[in-house]
Amino acid sequence: MTDALWYFARGAGVVTLVLLTIVVALGIGARSGRPAFGLPRFGVNMVHRNAALLAVVMVVGHVVSLLFDPYAQLRVFDLVLPFVGNYRPFWQGLGTLGFDLLIAIVVTSLLRQRIGVRVWRLVHWLAYLCWPIALLHGLGNGTDNGTWWLWTVSGICLATVLAAVGWRVSPSFARFPARVARRVPQRSLQEVR
Amino acid sequence: MSEHRLHIDWTACDGRGLCAELLPELLVEDDWGYPVSRDGTAEPAIPRRLEGPAQRAVDRCPALALRLVRR
Amino acid sequence: MTTAAAAPARVERRLLAGPADGRLETYLATHGRLPVLDAPRLIEVLREAGLTGHGGAGFPAWRKLSAVHAARRPAVVIANGAEGEPASGKDKALLGAQPQLVLDGLQLVARALGASGAHIYVTAASVAGVRSALAERHRAGLDQVAVNVHVAPDTFVSGEESAVLAAISGRPAVPADKRVRIVESGLGGAPTLVQNVETLAHIAQIVRYGPGWFRSAGTSDEPGTFLATIGGAVLSPGVVEAGYGVPLGDLIDAAGGATEPLQAVLVGGYHGGWVPPNPDLPVSRAAMTPYGASPGAGIVLALPVGACGLAETARIAGYLAGQAAGQCGPCINGLPRLADTLTDLARRRARPGLPAEVERLAALVTGRGACRHPDGTARLIRSSLRAFESDVAAHLSGRCLAVR
Repeated sequence: MTDALWYFARGAGVVTLVLLTIVVALGIGARSGRPAFGLPRFGVNMVHRNAALLAVVMVVGHVVSLLFDPYAQLRVFDLVLPFVGNYRPFWQGLGTLGFDLLIAIVVTSLLRQRIGVRVWRLVHWLAYLCWPIALLHGLGNGTDNGTWWLWTVSGICLATVLAAVGWRVSPSFARFPARVARRVPQRSLQEVR
Repeated sequence: MSEHRLHIDWTACDGRGLCAELLPELLVEDDWGYPVSRDGTAEPAIPRRLEGPAQRAVDRCPALALRLVRR
Repeated sequence: MTTAAAAPARVERRLLAGPADGRLETYLATHGRLPVLDAPRLIEVLREAGLTGHGGAGFPAWRKLSAVHAARRPAVVIANGAEGEPASGKDKALLGAQPQLVLDGLQLVARALGASGAHIYVTAASVAGVRSALAERHRAGLDQVAVNVHVAPDTFVSGEESAVLAAISGRPAVPADKRVRIVESGLGGAPTLVQNVETLAHIAQIVRYGPGWFRSAGTSDEPGTFLATIGGAVLSPGVVEAGYGVPLGDLIDAAGGATEPLQAVLVGGYHGGWVPPNPDLPVSRAAMTPYGASPGAGIVLALPVGACGLAETARIAGYLAGQAAGQCGPCINGLPRLADTLTDLARRRARPGLPAEVERLAALVTGRGACRHPDGTARLIRSSLRAFESDVAAHLSGRCLAVR
């Protein structure tokens, strides 16, 4: 039984990484204001969102199965407090961090209408921190580290994110490069949304 | 008889183009990617059959620049 | 109700009449103490008088007051003397010559509405005078509602209603998206009345001398006097007061007369329109509308025949583009493009479809911003294409009618 939990946790972890890679790539695609990856703009926006929600489901599955697996020695407060775990504290701590960041990003996104664009955007930038943490956690923590397939999957995910980020910083990213930058207004607290 | 109209908060709009994509009957993009109302008004009227897509546009706008208002 | 038919509209001093030595005693000796009216009575008096706003929009004063009163919550009153328009000097002149009239109007309205706060928003140049006038009033115990003085930045859009609110709340003086009407919820959520300083001065006179007196100047549709800033090719540019409907020639003469034969006159300021230099043309909303202009905040700029109307308009358009708050995409992108295109036409860098491109851009920016800055700019430019139509044709073939 514990083996099954362990295998499930590993699998869910890898699927989460793949989903998060899709989320990051589509997030950058959404920012471009262009149709991307064969999807219309609205599609990019929706798949980005849905993949993120699916990633949350997968990571919760990953974490819950580890809570029940005695080999992982995971306690509930390890979910919020990083680096104090019993099993590979550093690498597991990265997992905690990544998990917390993901929850923060997703929750603020779901409450976007209430909290306003400014706060939302600030937290959303943490995605660029969350993803590498998730990648490193997977490489350092799982018993699969060293297996060829984990390295392959991680490599493909890394290549994807690097390509997307490369696109993001390239001059051809903007749809209207001649566009004048707007001065974003200060908002009073009352008129957040 | 009041109807729904689409209000654009121009201080928030970043010209991402989701609204023009979801409501092509009502909106088109200008030279810089910002939405222009096809009927020439500042706040295009939303016909009943487009209320769904309009609400979706309001919800998904990355800049939260859209609102449905009753006039 | 209207009294006997008004005399023909003419240049005459009312706001600017009387001694202006800046002393409260002199003012009270001339005008007497301010009567106290409650809101319903004040609204009634202003409705009879037919006073409209003098900040540019020309909205009936009684309506705004009525809307704020109807909210039935403690209100806030703001006297707007920002005068962002560079070609306008009337608010500054009024605040310099008769600050007590403005402050009386502010106090009257504030008391009538049971306001919790009153504010006056003026440029740096007027602050000292306003503060000392307020100090005198304070010593004489005249002001029941305390008045806070705020400095308006020297930008074009700083006088826009929502920009005024932002500035008074300590934020940059730029317009905001209009969610709720300011008269329902404005400063700190309170129903807020923003009124131009000249309008408040008129109110202070109307309650003393009556709506009939007010209506004895101007026309029956547009009663009362207004302050006009006359500039351009005139001998003594400055601020002049006249009844609405005054012939354009009378205003030019009151500023010393034209220094050269005139080609056109810009009425209503940088968001106004060009009208023909017809001395008999009445300066009223009714007479100006066919030219796409209106008296607005009373700016009158005389363009001599030796100057190029398109070049002058292009210069103004460039200024207006630079004065955009920069918050709204269509405006911050569209106005510079519009100004550049008009400049190309003004500099005779002709290409096919140039006037059509100007028209297209003007239509593109209209109505697509948080405030009416792009609309006003587009209006001015369109009116220049109409007023200088023959010059447009000349420019397209490389000539200019103004160059002799």
